[in-house]
Amino acid sequence: MKITDKVVKNIAELTQLRFTEDELAEIGASMTETLELVEQMQQVDTAGVEPMSNPLDATQPLRPDVVTEGDNRAIYQRIAPETQDGLYLVPKVIE
Amino acid sequence: MQYDSIAQQLDNLIRGTYSSVELTRHYLDRIKQHAQLNCYISVLEESALEAAQQADQARAAGNAGPLTGVPIAHKDIFCTQGVKTTAGSQMLYNYDAPFDATVVSRLATAGAVTIGKTNMDEFAMGSSNETSYYGAVLNPWDTTRVPGGSSGGSAAAVAAGLCSAATGTDTGGSIRQPAAHCGITGIKPTYGRISRWGMIAFASSLDQAGPMTRTAEDAALLLGVMAGEDPLDSTCLAADVPNYVESLNKPLDGLKIGICEDFFAEGLEAGSEQVIRESLRVFEDLGATISSVRLPHIEYSIPAYYVIAPAEASANLSRYDGVRFGYRCKEPTDLADLFKRSRSEGFGDEVKRRIMVGAFTLSTGYYDAYYRQAQQIRRLIKDDFQAAFAEVDILLGPTAPQPAFSLGEKTGDQVAMYLQDIYTIAGNLAGLPAMSIPAGFSSDLPVGLQLIGNYLDEASILAAAHQFQQRTDWHQRVPASMAAEN
Repeated sequence: MKITDKVVKNIAELTQLRFTEDELAEIGASMTETLELVEQMQQVDTAGVEPMSNPLDATQPLRPDVVTEGDNRAIYQRIAPETQDGLYLVPKVIE
Repeated sequence: MQYDSIAQQLDNLIRGTYSSVELTRHYLDRIKQHAQLNCYISVLEESALEAAQQADQARAAGNAGPLTGVPIAHKDIFCTQGVKTTAGSQMLYNYDAPFDATVVSRLATAGAVTIGKTNMDEFAMGSSNETSYYGAVLNPWDTTRVPGGSSGGSAAAVAAGLCSAATGTDTGGSIRQPAAHCGITGIKPTYGRISRWGMIAFASSLDQAGPMTRTAEDAALLLGVMAGEDPLDSTCLAADVPNYVESLNKPLDGLKIGICEDFFAEGLEAGSEQVIRESLRVFEDLGATISSVRLPHIEYSIPAYYVIAPAEASANLSRYDGVRFGYRCKEPTDLADLFKRSRSEGFGDEVKRRIMVGAFTLSTGYYDAYYRQAQQIRRLIKDDFQAAFAEVDILLGPTAPQPAFSLGEKTGDQVAMYLQDIYTIAGNLAGLPAMSIPAGFSSDLPVGLQLIGNYLDEASILAAAHQFQQRTDWHQRVPASMAAEN
């Protein structure tokens, strides 16, 4: 499957990535190459095979609904690019 | 002393032949002396010496744990509280982790001294350590060659005698392949054996941590400390962790070893094949019986992996937004510009490629043909292995298709790079324990032998590896330029 510039632009928007015009062609070619590699998968008849998401088919255990974390805001915000009054700062969204 | 196994180092620490401070200082000196290998992203001189001093005091006071005073390095994918944790990416160039990974805290509790954080492919996406934002790592056996990846810094550091052992992670071969290329021992246990808490996520259904060491005995020792249930990781298994060291000498008499014939097809370098075939004699001498097994769906491992891993990565890496931590672009004009530019500038090319492919295969109309099909093939691969394990106890084959390749040799050829993990990926897809041990040389470069065990049966492959190492000295070979005791 050949990945066109249009598809690359759409996926770039979904993944919040930005590419220059030159990069668009390059990333499209690279995606095409990967998809050609994975194309072999279509030769396998998988009708009736249950998809496997965990090797031991383990399910997620539930834990008791109790508070285990204290207030770590100050610790987590120490490494933030920009904060004010305990809030994360981003460029103004609403004029 | 840099090439003593941990078992020997513990013996020397107990006897007082040297102290942890002396051992730690020795490694710190060597790290400086061999800085050109670029094994480390961060060297923790001050805190390591402090921890070593405390280790010596604890030992003197009779409070030594299983690893007290042993200097180890962590792959820079494990969060270390207050210490820069980059995952090899510019995206996390300023990320001082606010907490410790479970692997880090367990090893510290056992007494290990953290000497530094090792270099790696960016977000563990690579097989040569060349995608690191912090530069390539050089292979200590031949500095014109790659150490393998993604745990290339850890593998090279152990091989160069720059730490006693190191941690690694393995999503598609990232412990085993660099272990093979650097002539050391590395084990990826069963998926879920070791907690992934604090291990920066790449592909969550495949990621697994493990130790990288000089010997199988050391791997057994470290694995015992690292493994076990963790309430902080809901995929971490509640299964009991056996004493891996105690079972190392369990006789191999009657052990049934299956040779993965599919791994000896076209593409395996002749010298490597010879090394692996010759190793069979050692196992036969130890009383094992050898037979051939076939894994019919193994050829679909790489295609299935290059759907599943990028898909999961695209989701995991959506958290890097330039808002809460990590890289933020300069002077964003608006919120969209902040997100897009932070991500586009902060991630390297290989990471962006995989995010794009992953998002594409998960997008509307493509999910069934790609992700679902890959997850179905994954079960067929698991079933192949289960059929094999009905006949044999462990599987044996090469770790990599050839020894370490030259720096830059495969950077322009994405598919050639992806094919480096052709023998290791199936172990991740099936979630089986697998390890690589040094088994010989091809053109003066180390060749790794891979052993794959059944679920939760790390003990069998560790015992086979240990007894192989009792009969051979490949694991004791060191690069000539690294052998000097200074």
